[in-house]
Amino acid sequence: MRKFKEFIIEKLILLCGLTSILFVALIFVFLLKEGLAVFKAVTSVGFLFGKSWYPISEPPQLGILPLILGSLLVTLGATVISVPIGAACAIYIAEIAPLKTKEILKAGIELLAAIPSVVLGFIGMVTLVPWVKTIFAIPTGLTALSGSIILAFMAMPTIVSIAEDALYSVPKSYKEGALALGATHWQSIYRVILPAASSGILAAVMLGIGRVIGETMAVMMITGNAAVIPQSFLQPVRTLTATIAAEMGEAVVGSEHYFALFAIGIVLFVLSFIINVTADLFLHKRNVQ
Amino acid sequence: MEIQANEILSIIGPANSGKTSFLRTLNRLNELQTNVTMEGTVELDNQDIQKIDIELLRKRVGMVFALPTPLPLSILENVTYGVKMHGINNKKRLRDIAERALQQGYLWDEVKDRLHESAFKLSGGQQQRLCIARTLAVEPEVILFDEPCSGLDPISTAKVEEAILELKKNYTIVLVTNNVKQAARVGDRTAFFLNGDLIEIDKTDKIFTAPRDQRTDDYIRGKFG
Amino acid sequence: MKRTYLSQKIAFSFLFLATLLVVIPVGLIVVIIVEKGIPAITWQFLTDIPRQGMRAGGIFPAIVGTVYLVVGAIIFALPIGLLAAVYLSEYARDNLLSRMIRLAIVNLAGVPSVVYGLFGLALFVIYFRLGTSILSGSLTLGIMILPIIITTSREALESVPYSFREVSRSLGASKWQTIRHIVLPNALPGILTGTILGLGRAAGETAPILFTVAAFYLPQLPKSLFDQAMALPYHLYVISTQVPNVDEKIRYGTALVLLTLVLCMNLLAIIIRYRFRKKKSW
Repeated sequence: MRKFKEFIIEKLILLCGLTSILFVALIFVFLLKEGLAVFKAVTSVGFLFGKSWYPISEPPQLGILPLILGSLLVTLGATVISVPIGAACAIYIAEIAPLKTKEILKAGIELLAAIPSVVLGFIGMVTLVPWVKTIFAIPTGLTALSGSIILAFMAMPTIVSIAEDALYSVPKSYKEGALALGATHWQSIYRVILPAASSGILAAVMLGIGRVIGETMAVMMITGNAAVIPQSFLQPVRTLTATIAAEMGEAVVGSEHYFALFAIGIVLFVLSFIINVTADLFLHKRNVQ
Repeated sequence: MEIQANEILSIIGPANSGKTSFLRTLNRLNELQTNVTMEGTVELDNQDIQKIDIELLRKRVGMVFALPTPLPLSILENVTYGVKMHGINNKKRLRDIAERALQQGYLWDEVKDRLHESAFKLSGGQQQRLCIARTLAVEPEVILFDEPCSGLDPISTAKVEEAILELKKNYTIVLVTNNVKQAARVGDRTAFFLNGDLIEIDKTDKIFTAPRDQRTDDYIRGKFG
Repeated sequence: MKRTYLSQKIAFSFLFLATLLVVIPVGLIVVIIVEKGIPAITWQFLTDIPRQGMRAGGIFPAIVGTVYLVVGAIIFALPIGLLAAVYLSEYARDNLLSRMIRLAIVNLAGVPSVVYGLFGLALFVIYFRLGTSILSGSLTLGIMILPIIITTSREALESVPYSFREVSRSLGASKWQTIRHIVLPNALPGILTGTILGLGRAAGETAPILFTVAAFYLPQLPKSLFDQAMALPYHLYVISTQVPNVDEKIRYGTALVLLTLVLCMNLLAIIIRYRFRKKKSW
């Protein structure tokens, strides 16, 4: 009797183990189900590279290039800000900070990561956006730059914690060897430890980028929502994610607009899949060495 | 190779000679690893152990490991853990079983007043005797000892050896040991393993005075190992 | 020789500065929200419904909605996630299947939250005909936090020493008995930590609930799983961007309540993790 009960339980456990694969597959299938329909109204080239996004005009123009560029611009800006600062912070925490400070810093970073994006968006709206407007003397502070800055804060905890793990797992013998040869602490860091942790740090950066590309609420509140091809950082832009969030409420179920938004979802899903799988490969490579 | 009832069989040999792997085939514990292949048969009382229910087999063939491994439970809970897993839940019965087992393990007097304390509070030697009591509680027929004294001081070692000698009366014992002198002190028969092979097995005094194989002789004299 | 130590000093100063740049804004954000939000926090604010088109009154329905959603999410995610973690930690072998599962989890963790919203819309709201409801929202959030639960639970299970399992099996206990009596109880703090982190994440997310449950304005509390509900993150978004002339203090107050909720949960998780790491006798 006990054996039978255990058999059932163990089958249940296996089933639960498979659910993660099930859900990924489900997400992909349902995105495709609703998203592929858009290609009756527009070609895939026209969709991905079309320069006009006017989904409610008649006929609807469904080119997402402005949105892709918007996402790209904001991500680029966020990366440029967050990677050097994040990496530097990770090095400080991993190598230089005294033990007690380290614990406090790590907790602080964890709390930063926990701040909901809508809260960061709100703060950005009320502090950063007016500030950008004033400093650069532009008509509105709702710009790609503002978005980049806030998104950088969202990417930094990811970058810092994964890079710090990577640095921490470099074998102590590497550092001790360098120091024994007469290198200063700093020299041992940038000549030995950093290169050794490079694949992990790369993974950290990729995951940070992945986080930024997937961000919705903060960008929606700060980047201005102008679905046009951006010319500079000081302009409003629209990202892929914000488009879905902002327009799904108005899109009629079953319309081309509706399908197009799902198609954007497919693009986002595929992008995040590639980024996450690659980053995980880098992390796993590091663990194997 | 035959292991006789109510004997103590010592197994000696240098590191990596396969002593522990051999021991772990006797209670099928090696099957916990996934990259294991086995050939041949092991029989307990003329029954192929692959055909016996594996949990019943491990009840009949108990094991004490090299480093004392108390479970994160109280002393009493440690001793009665195996018994509970086999279905006995009556508190009084468990208590009696525990007392008997702890006495057989020469630990009862030292812990009888603190059965509900954490097992980690015991010293190394006491923990190892606790592990012996834990194994005895399920009433096995055979007890496998895998270098049980390797982490212990000489006094604790002596106590464990004393317990093993006493246990011989009621159980069959297989003792793997790195300590050649311990094998000579304790074992009725001794087996010598080398590089995964059984080289020689015979009565202990014969092995230690006139072994048949030169390699056995060399190992006992300490020429390698 | 002196020059290398100088360059070290400069380098370390930069690193320290960078760290400050990360940490100080966090403090600033918290301070600003607390300072400007505290004036709004009154008993009435927390227990009253929104009035005057959400320009006055309170945020009670949003708080209640968030609680329902989060509880629903964990009811779904915890059992499945925990058992999945047990599978990965205790049963999975190093083969193609387990690598695929690991990959799937990494992916689920990285899917943008708005894509979860689309998925929830397509699967629960439309295909399963659950409509925009607490049920749809909870299920969507549940799938979203599943990777967190699985990963933290798995780490907790794997940190239980192998020797315990070996001892248990050698006494004749079965695999499941060992898991149930030895592994799971000793992994409980880690599992608890992961659960709380998952709860915090679910509480703060907006995009997954945009199309699956969130109501713009719902003065009465939801009565069943199939009702829509207001939620704190969505409410903050709405009063910051969709409703003009909302008193600044109400906006900050809402942000403060949400932030406090999420940060307290994370702090609790950190404290549990810390205390049990110290208490571990093994």
